[in-house]
Amino acid sequence: MSVLQRDPRDQVRVLDEDGSVVGDVPDVDDETLVSMYREMKLARHFDTRAVSLQRQGRMGTYPPLSGQEGAQVASAHALDEEDWLFPSYREHAALHTRGFPLDRILLYWMGTERGNEAPPDVNTFPVAVPIATQTLHAVGASWASKHKGERKAFITYFGDGGSSEGDTHEAMNFAGVFDTPTVFFCNNNQWAISVPRERQTAAETIAQRADAYGFQGIQVDGMDPLAVYDVTRAAVEKAKADTPDELRPTLIEAVQYRFGAHTTADDPTVYRDSDEVEQWKRKDPIPRLETFLRETGRLDDDDVERIEREVQQEVADAIETAESTPRPDPEELFDHTFAERTPDIEAQHEAFAAMRERLGDEAFRNE
Amino acid sequence: MSTSQTQNLTLVQAVRDGLHTGMQRDDDVIVLGEDVGKNGGVFRATEGLYDEFGGDRVIDTPLAESGIVGTAIGMAAYGLKPVPEIQFSGFMYPAFDQIVSHAARLRTRSRGRFTCPLVVRAPYGGGIRAPEHHSESKEAFYAHEAGLKVVIPSTPADTKGLLISAIRDPDPVIFLEPKLIYRAFRGDVPEGEHTVPIGEAQVRREGEDVSVFVYGAMTPRTLEAAENLAEEGVDVEVVDLRTVSPLDREAIVDSFTKTGRACVVHEAPRSGGLAGEITATIQEEALLYQEAPVVRVTGYDVPYPLYALEDYYLPSVARIEDGIREAVEYP
Ligand SMILES: Cc1ncc(C[n+]2csc(CCOP(=O)(O)OP(=O)(O)O)c2C)c(N)n1
Repeated sequence: MSVLQRDPRDQVRVLDEDGSVVGDVPDVDDETLVSMYREMKLARHFDTRAVSLQRQGRMGTYPPLSGQEGAQVASAHALDEEDWLFPSYREHAALHTRGFPLDRILLYWMGTERGNEAPPDVNTFPVAVPIATQTLHAVGASWASKHKGERKAFITYFGDGGSSEGDTHEAMNFAGVFDTPTVFFCNNNQWAISVPRERQTAAETIAQRADAYGFQGIQVDGMDPLAVYDVTRAAVEKAKADTPDELRPTLIEAVQYRFGAHTTADDPTVYRDSDEVEQWKRKDPIPRLETFLRETGRLDDDDVERIEREVQQEVADAIETAESTPRPDPEELFDHTFAERTPDIEAQHEAFAAMRERLGDEAFRNE
Repeated sequence: MSTSQTQNLTLVQAVRDGLHTGMQRDDDVIVLGEDVGKNGGVFRATEGLYDEFGGDRVIDTPLAESGIVGTAIGMAAYGLKPVPEIQFSGFMYPAFDQIVSHAARLRTRSRGRFTCPLVVRAPYGGGIRAPEHHSESKEAFYAHEAGLKVVIPSTPADTKGLLISAIRDPDPVIFLEPKLIYRAFRGDVPEGEHTVPIGEAQVRREGEDVSVFVYGAMTPRTLEAAENLAEEGVDVEVVDLRTVSPLDREAIVDSFTKTGRACVVHEAPRSGGLAGEITATIQEEALLYQEAPVVRVTGYDVPYPLYALEDYYLPSVARIEDGIREAVEYP
């Protein structure tokens, strides 16, 4: 029986909070498991450094992900090379797992358009800041892929808050009606800024909403990377399988917590208890996976230390690269609006260039 | 209409004061939106209101703008005075259908049986190094829609006075708050009751040589430019429109017939922006007074850039001075 076939109120778990095995360990090779661990460590360190860069005025507003590494890394790992990812703005770890360079993620939050440029071999849409809009794009792209006769899965991430937007409901409804190969991955981190999950839906779980759209919904412990991998992998396989008795889409509700603020502009102490944070920290996905890997002989002290060092170096290098990337040329303002500049835009560009010449760059500084 | 006591407030504090005064006076006034309750709004515009008026009047909603505005329309039609907050004007689009198809037309469509006295509040505009989609200035969308009033204050006192007027207005008002100057300075704000009429511009600085028409966040920059030019002997009149729909055409024409030269400043993109409408008003009603082409200092017809380039997009004091000089030096 597929792991997906269970009551959406029943949370899938493989590892207990202390890392001991309580479910069926998915069939994953050792190397993949260790690389998942490494990606999670990298994401945690990246996150810490990014918040600190923001505090030092070296970066703009940044949305931290700590606590959500398990859900992001394990779900992204469950995709095949050819699959596609439609992220929200918090998916740094999922993006990096797929090969999106860290320095570009930094550049984006440093306010530079180059950060929006995905390498051509990384199958991802740009991050979506408007909530839930990407869910429809994922359905459209997966629909197109099906139309072309491909067998690819399309995963889209959104929050518990995002599950309230009309777009999400329209996306899931279309996915059901047109049987598209879409995986809806809800990062239920309990809070949409200051508004708790209970204010987003009166339903007991977000997963059970899939029922209303005619496909499977499943709740998983989002801080248990093995469970997330297992469930996402099953959803990805089903998306591509085209079995006549079940629809391709799946809604996964990954129950988790963001340890830090919603963004660096937010102060969570206004709306949530420190007790609550402490409670969730006990479910931290990183030590859980580490314990499992150590106890099953896949990781030892030396490995952990080496990974720690590598991760620090990789993040330091990414910061170095991002910060030494030249600031964008102001002329870029007029590129990429259309394939070709319209006469209006060209005229504005020329006036802009003349004005820069006349006034100097100092004149554009606004305090 | 003011009492003599004043408080020295920032613009965002004046928003809060306006909401507070409106809610105190009228139990039907309801605030709803994302994070407006316990959190007091991400910009603190609703701070303390939840504690004072409770969760039935200061409502944290699910994250759904169409839901927020659509239900507010129903509430308004049913006798409440909802003041929905949209967290950033860049996130009004999910509610756009409700705003333009229904809020704006309910009175017309029901031949006056149902009305829609709501105020949709949202911070707008750039210059605060915010992430993508947080900095746009799209007032022209709403000004283009019949049945909506569009208010954009630039001082703390006006913010409070206009907000209270908007709450009491029998029709839907889009109230765009210049977040660039939310905390940039303080101003004296009358305590308690204080209203400023919607649809009336205000001359912020009198001058003889050229009229500058401006609103919202660009107003302080324009005043600064005017002071700088005064040192060069150019006498600039600055007219703060305060309401971009309905426009105070009389004030525009009055100022222009005095100076014969005009510059319009807004951060919104140039094509289809309010500057075009203001220029047309001058053409239609004061052509024979015109001594120079109207100069537009605006954003560009490109998507608002990520913040590393936003300084090049937004009108700066120097750019505004440059535009004013162009109008003054013609021919
Ligand atoms: C359409 C829209 N409305 C409002 C916002 C402002 N906003 C940004 S994030 C956020 C909360 C999102 O919560 P959730 O969907 O649960 O995702 P999380 O940030 O917790 O990962 C809000 C209200 C936005 N970006 N887009």
